[in-house]
Amino acid sequence: MSTIPRAAEKTAKIRLHLNGEDTDVTFAPYKTLLEVLREDLGHTGTKHGCELGECGACAVLLDGKPVLSCLVLALECDGRQVLTVEGLVSEGQLHPLQETFADLGAAQCGYCTPGILVTAKALLDENPHPTRYEIRQALSGNLCRCTGYLQIFEAVEAAMLKIAEKKDE
Amino acid sequence: MSSPKDSQELRVIGLPRRRVDARAKVTGQTRFADDIFLPRMAHCKLLRSPHPHARIRNIDTSRALAYPGIYLVLTGKDVPIQYGILPVSQDEQALCLDHVRHVGDPVAAVIAREELTAFEALDLIDVDYEILPTISDPEEALATPEPRIHDYGEAGNIHKQVALEFGDVQEGFAEADEIFEDTFFYQGNTHLPIEQHASVAIKDPDGKLTIWSSTQTPHYLHRALAKVLEMPAAHIRVIATPNGGGFGGKSDPFNHEIVVAKAALLLDRPVKICLTREEVFYCHRGRHPVLMKMKTGVKRDGTITGMHLQTLIDGGAYGSYGVASTFYCGALQTTTYHIPRYRYEGCRMFTNKPPCGPKRGHGTPQPRFGQEVQLDKIAEKLNIDPAELRLRIVESSGAVTANFFQLGTVQLAECIRRVVKSSRWNEKFHKLPEGRGVGLACSAYLTGAGLPIYWNKMPHSGVQLKFDRGGGVSLFCGATEIGQGSDDVLAGIVAEVLGIEPFDIRLFTGDTDLGPVDLGSYSSRVTLMAGNAALQAAQRGKAIITEAVAEKLGIAKERLRFADSRVYDAAAPEKTVTFREAVCIAEARFGTLGTVGSYTPPKSPALYKGGGVGPSPTYSYSAAVVEVQVNPVTGWVTVPKVWIAHDIGRALNPPLVRGQVEGSVYMGLGEALMEEQEFRRLPKKLSHALVHKFPSMLEYKSPTTLDMPEVFTELVEEPDPQGPFGAKEVGQGPLLPIMPAVANAVYDAVGVRIDEVPITPEKIMKALAEKKAGREPRFGPSHFPDIPWPEALRVPPPWKGGDGNAINEVIRGKNSRPEKEKVLAP
Repeated sequence: MSTIPRAAEKTAKIRLHLNGEDTDVTFAPYKTLLEVLREDLGHTGTKHGCELGECGACAVLLDGKPVLSCLVLALECDGRQVLTVEGLVSEGQLHPLQETFADLGAAQCGYCTPGILVTAKALLDENPHPTRYEIRQALSGNLCRCTGYLQIFEAVEAAMLKIAEKKDE
Repeated sequence: MSSPKDSQELRVIGLPRRRVDARAKVTGQTRFADDIFLPRMAHCKLLRSPHPHARIRNIDTSRALAYPGIYLVLTGKDVPIQYGILPVSQDEQALCLDHVRHVGDPVAAVIAREELTAFEALDLIDVDYEILPTISDPEEALATPEPRIHDYGEAGNIHKQVALEFGDVQEGFAEADEIFEDTFFYQGNTHLPIEQHASVAIKDPDGKLTIWSSTQTPHYLHRALAKVLEMPAAHIRVIATPNGGGFGGKSDPFNHEIVVAKAALLLDRPVKICLTREEVFYCHRGRHPVLMKMKTGVKRDGTITGMHLQTLIDGGAYGSYGVASTFYCGALQTTTYHIPRYRYEGCRMFTNKPPCGPKRGHGTPQPRFGQEVQLDKIAEKLNIDPAELRLRIVESSGAVTANFFQLGTVQLAECIRRVVKSSRWNEKFHKLPEGRGVGLACSAYLTGAGLPIYWNKMPHSGVQLKFDRGGGVSLFCGATEIGQGSDDVLAGIVAEVLGIEPFDIRLFTGDTDLGPVDLGSYSSRVTLMAGNAALQAAQRGKAIITEAVAEKLGIAKERLRFADSRVYDAAAPEKTVTFREAVCIAEARFGTLGTVGSYTPPKSPALYKGGGVGPSPTYSYSAAVVEVQVNPVTGWVTVPKVWIAHDIGRALNPPLVRGQVEGSVYMGLGEALMEEQEFRRLPKKLSHALVHKFPSMLEYKSPTTLDMPEVFTELVEEPDPQGPFGAKEVGQGPLLPIMPAVANAVYDAVGVRIDEVPITPEKIMKALAEKKAGREPRFGPSHFPDIPWPEALRVPPPWKGGDGNAINEVIRGKNSRPEKEKVLAP
């Protein structure tokens, strides 16, 4: 008798454009994008806190838009662009959001941080100068139990300025 | 432990700095327990009881074992030895042998190649339960001595009773001009760390055991594993992975940790478990629901003449830290204001709910809520401003309290003055328009428990340093990083003393094999205790290097300075070597370089039985003003702003300290306004079981980005001689004043007293209706049950000639704990 139950057979195969690289992966078709990223692709930077779409820890960017990867079937992602926290570093340099989160105390335990970073990136990509209220709204689906959020808001605002300065250069 | 001379300018301590583990956290590279994937790793799932109270007649695992892909099925018979965090309540089993005590109590474990397979096979385990009557709350537990949830404890379903009297409280009430008697209720709530508990265990190539786990207390897990697995502790290695939030919820040894360890040993392959969010709610160990009766006598000028506190505590299904929690519910009342006579009676009950335990503030937020709300009522009756009243009665630095706690620096008055000024209290209190109000409250908290859980004379924290020829320093310590920044504290202190950068230090923490014992990340103890150990180790290293370099350069030892990664002559800075060269000079002179440091708290003057809970090397203080807007039509409360001042001693890394304060304010607002661990009975025809009302993050309401107010944080920095560079705690204290300050602000806004938390719109509407009907404008508990209290242990306070010992002997029932198992504070 097979020791692999049918549901766990890796019969699905997709190609992701993951953090800028074409990536093939085979997996059991019931799996969510979160599970495939963590378990089949070894991208453990993306976290999970509920697997029910409640906490925001598993947020990734799918074609540039934040999604909860625990609610997305990996099979739906064939041929699409996925950005995770591992893809924020570019040419060995931290993304401005990563710099300001590190400097301003926006990451305490660091567990919600990957989901918040990519969600904040999506916000700044779409709206380079958000107000404090717009930042609050954009991050309202990401729970953090450590910080009380204020240093996170400040870090997003500081990154906003850094990015604007870079563009001016 | 004294701080280094202030004449030398500090280069690291006190300056805002990127924490040493920040890069790992913002790149997703911090390796949490569930991020560990090992070759041949199997997955474990637990079968949990659907019944709140039942006997297990039989468990048949044969169908599950026959399922394809299953490696192993374990039941209680495989891990029968009982354990628990406290020596006096070793009442847990990794898998229940014959008795389940709450919905979620684990009865079997399945280990399979695929997690999905293990999950599926849970349905194939047949458990024959004999349903027992369920006890849902402490009053029901008092009225229902049988069936007993445990066969130990005081009697019936009473787990623990405490009765202590410090001075004649009746005499105090006789002296009083006014006596205030209130009942309060503090609902239970849970930690809700975003990381679910996870563990990976492996049998090492040499046959020993290693377990990685999201635990705040690797040392106590180490003890529990050695006991249950009947293995020498020396053959077990516990590695506490960085915790994705703890808040006290990962401080007990847990079922799943023991199960995966046992399975890894049996299977000789790595075994992992990661709990679902629902299971995290069942692990719980959160805030105890507490019903309180508080009676306080005061003079017309506000002077307190005596206080009598009684608590009825809902412990849930197991002991956990509950014996300590029962003491803590009455311990710290005396540490903020001068209370000349104090009596405390506490009673913890077993109920068929997930066990309660230590959550941020452990046992003190509940009575602190009562005390600070009652003070607000006292101020109103005496016609004294609430801030002024508190300023009149604050305790002073170095005082010994009625219950014999030795206070350190007390900057509470300064904290009050700061928030009064910054919030413009005098322009707001009683002066804002209807629906808007401000409230003020204060608190104190331990900077580390003064006594360990297992009473011994060894240090509470140890640090080893290894000095590299390359100029780096490796630091080894059992301290556990739970997000609070313990790694950064250790690196910052060592870097400051040795004149190097924190980045030059390599940290090996939370590992029972590599580092000396640190008791764990609880009771706000790490900065002071592990910090002092690191300070001592660094100073010893500095002394060795100083001797060798002074000899080499031919200058007096006193003239050497360590800064900017150099060692130099203070009078002639051109006479210098790099730190790297200095290490080599010292190694050439003395041989391989390594130092150790350790920390043991000072002996407490509280010598009476029970005096082990509450002493601390020093206490932190906080004062907060909360502003609220209450909608009189809906009862909805919004909080636009909070002002808080915290007596930190010294902020070692200010952004981290601010983060702890703001995080405490956030969690306090959650407890004040929305968070509750609620249960409901199913209808009688559907088993009548007691189930968790909402074991999910969506339904368990916690504040989001949209709920969080502005917070104005001020740090009061008066270095405390006990702390490393004068530092005191910040992780827990600033949470405590928030809940009562919210309640007091609601009263200022709409004139109703909500004498319980959470302060929901429904409760405000009910109180407003009472007000409108001309009745007492209040919502809260109306009675406190009659409890058969034991005779109180009588301890005369210091000003009555007391020496810290009791003057009577109390004979306890046959069920009370044996003398040798004396428990001390976690």
